[in-house]
Amino acid sequence: MDTVDQHTDSVSTGTAAVSVTVAEEAPPRRSRNETLYFAFRNRKLVIGLSVVTFFLLLAIVGPWLTDATPFEFGYPTGEPPSREYWLGTTAPGQDVFAQFVYGLRSSFVVGALAGCVAAAIGMTVGFVGGYRGGAVDEILSVLTNVVLVIPTLAVLIIVAAYLSVQSLLAEAVLIGVTSWPWAARAIRAQTFSLASRDFISVARLSGQTGWKIVAKEIAPNMSSYLFLVFILLFGGSVLIAATLDFLGLGPSQVMSLGLMLNNAVSGSALQLGMWWWFIPPGVGITAIVGGLYVMNVGLDEVFNPKLRET
Amino acid sequence: MSRYLLRKSAIYLLTFFVAVSIDFAIPRLMPGNPIDSLIGRLQADSTASQELHGFFTESFGLDEPLWKQYLTFWRGLFHGDLGPSIAYVGSSVTELIWTAIPYTLALLVPAIVLSYIAGNRVGAMAARRKTLDNTVLPVAYVLTAMPYMWLALILAYVLAFRLQIFPVSGAYDFSLQPAWTLEFARSFLAHWFLPFLTLFLVAFGGWAIGMRNLIIYELESEYTNYLQSLGAPSRLVRKYAYSNAVLPQMSGLALALGLVVGGALVTEIVFGYPGIGSLIITAIQVRDYFLLQGIFLFIILGVLIANFIVDIAYVIVDPRTRTGIQGS
Repeated sequence: MDTVDQHTDSVSTGTAAVSVTVAEEAPPRRSRNETLYFAFRNRKLVIGLSVVTFFLLLAIVGPWLTDATPFEFGYPTGEPPSREYWLGTTAPGQDVFAQFVYGLRSSFVVGALAGCVAAAIGMTVGFVGGYRGGAVDEILSVLTNVVLVIPTLAVLIIVAAYLSVQSLLAEAVLIGVTSWPWAARAIRAQTFSLASRDFISVARLSGQTGWKIVAKEIAPNMSSYLFLVFILLFGGSVLIAATLDFLGLGPSQVMSLGLMLNNAVSGSALQLGMWWWFIPPGVGITAIVGGLYVMNVGLDEVFNPKLRET
Repeated sequence: MSRYLLRKSAIYLLTFFVAVSIDFAIPRLMPGNPIDSLIGRLQADSTASQELHGFFTESFGLDEPLWKQYLTFWRGLFHGDLGPSIAYVGSSVTELIWTAIPYTLALLVPAIVLSYIAGNRVGAMAARRKTLDNTVLPVAYVLTAMPYMWLALILAYVLAFRLQIFPVSGAYDFSLQPAWTLEFARSFLAHWFLPFLTLFLVAFGGWAIGMRNLIIYELESEYTNYLQSLGAPSRLVRKYAYSNAVLPQMSGLALALGLVVGGALVTEIVFGYPGIGSLIITAIQVRDYFLLQGIFLFIILGVLIANFIVDIAYVIVDPRTRTGIQGS
């Protein structure tokens, strides 16, 4: 038992050492095929991915399917869904379908951008803290813990109220710079455990700089994990953006799903019984976020055989 | 034990300090002057507005050096003075928040505690039980992905407007005055239920998923295999798995607090429930900055206190933190 363990251990360091010297040669083709095989067999991943893809396509193609623009008035008021107005019209006479597809676009844009910003900050803080250790790590984790405890939404409400956000980009950046802490924490823990492995020591001995080791050795070894973190940040950002828009703190010139809900509430869609006004935006948000979450679990099972259903 | 709590308290104190500083800095750093927008809304003529500008600048102490303003800010804070409200003329921010907070807490505390307990139970039951897992899990995913305000809208539409089982808005019937009577209690509960249910359901989904995954993880571990090979009944094995899985869930509780609070705010808005959320939406609509800043501080303070309570509970549940052994 013991000798076998040692043997596999030396093999794995051996291959790692090879990959250091013969950098980026021979991509692991067989394992990629294997990953794809498990990916398509994983029901969660397939369901999540199809839901997200469906709404993504709708967000891209949707605006071409209708002549109406989201803020345009002059349609019949409070009309239920019909062949002409697929999702009906709002009480003041706007086309719900147009608002919905443009809103979907905003959700994807803000979610992706905010996810990127948060992932970038989280990765920087996590890698530096986990790899460098010492005082730098200590300072960074105090910073992380402080930002972690402060409720994101509270900060966003007060900042957005003063700034009066007028673009999706500004909204995304705001969300991104407040929602990174848990990602930083998770990435730090992973980096920390990777940094003590033999192949990192080998890389260090071969004289590579810290940044190179992080970029070429550590990050690729946890790329699947980083991707999962990004997906969760994406989904979380979509929800936070919807909440901000609902509070009337998002850009008022850009239609979003949260703004639709805001309009529905202030336009008394409930009292008027106009369910078609507030159902679509919520379906959109829930489907995107839920699809991403389920996709995340599916991917996790694909990457990590231990979690696969037995 | 004391070292663990001391370290945590130090972080919370630092967080509070940072939060207060943010609260102080944001209005002063942001482009646009709140006083200008305040005067703009009063629609005074130019000479009067200049007078007003001087008056407001002086009365808010904005003409003093920054460090002095900062000290004054802290002093006001310790005296519970968060400034006057602009939206509700004649009331102070502290007063407004104190009247709103009981309603928000009445929603939040039961929703957090009950969803945590129920979610953990159901999640643990679903783990590694095929049929239960296949029914509970999809529902939990949909619930946790729902924006709070949307679930609130659906519940309000179906249960209050269509079926008329519950009242639609407010915290109690308008014909009643708050009092310790059975009639008032009944009206209060009826109004309370839907917002509570909204918060409960969304949070429940998250806990159930988390617990299910953790239990599966625990059931794969060495000690479970060992127990099973000894022929331990599966009830016992699950019991051990549960007490191990509760720990990460508990640290998750601290993380989730901020989200649930945000959920409570938007849920209150949908139901017109007179808590902090309704205050916020008014404050946003009339740009009542003092009120927003005060609410911000109260939310931070509340979340910090809640975090501290969770930490104490964690020390009680996890013996390792008591003896100073570092857990994994």
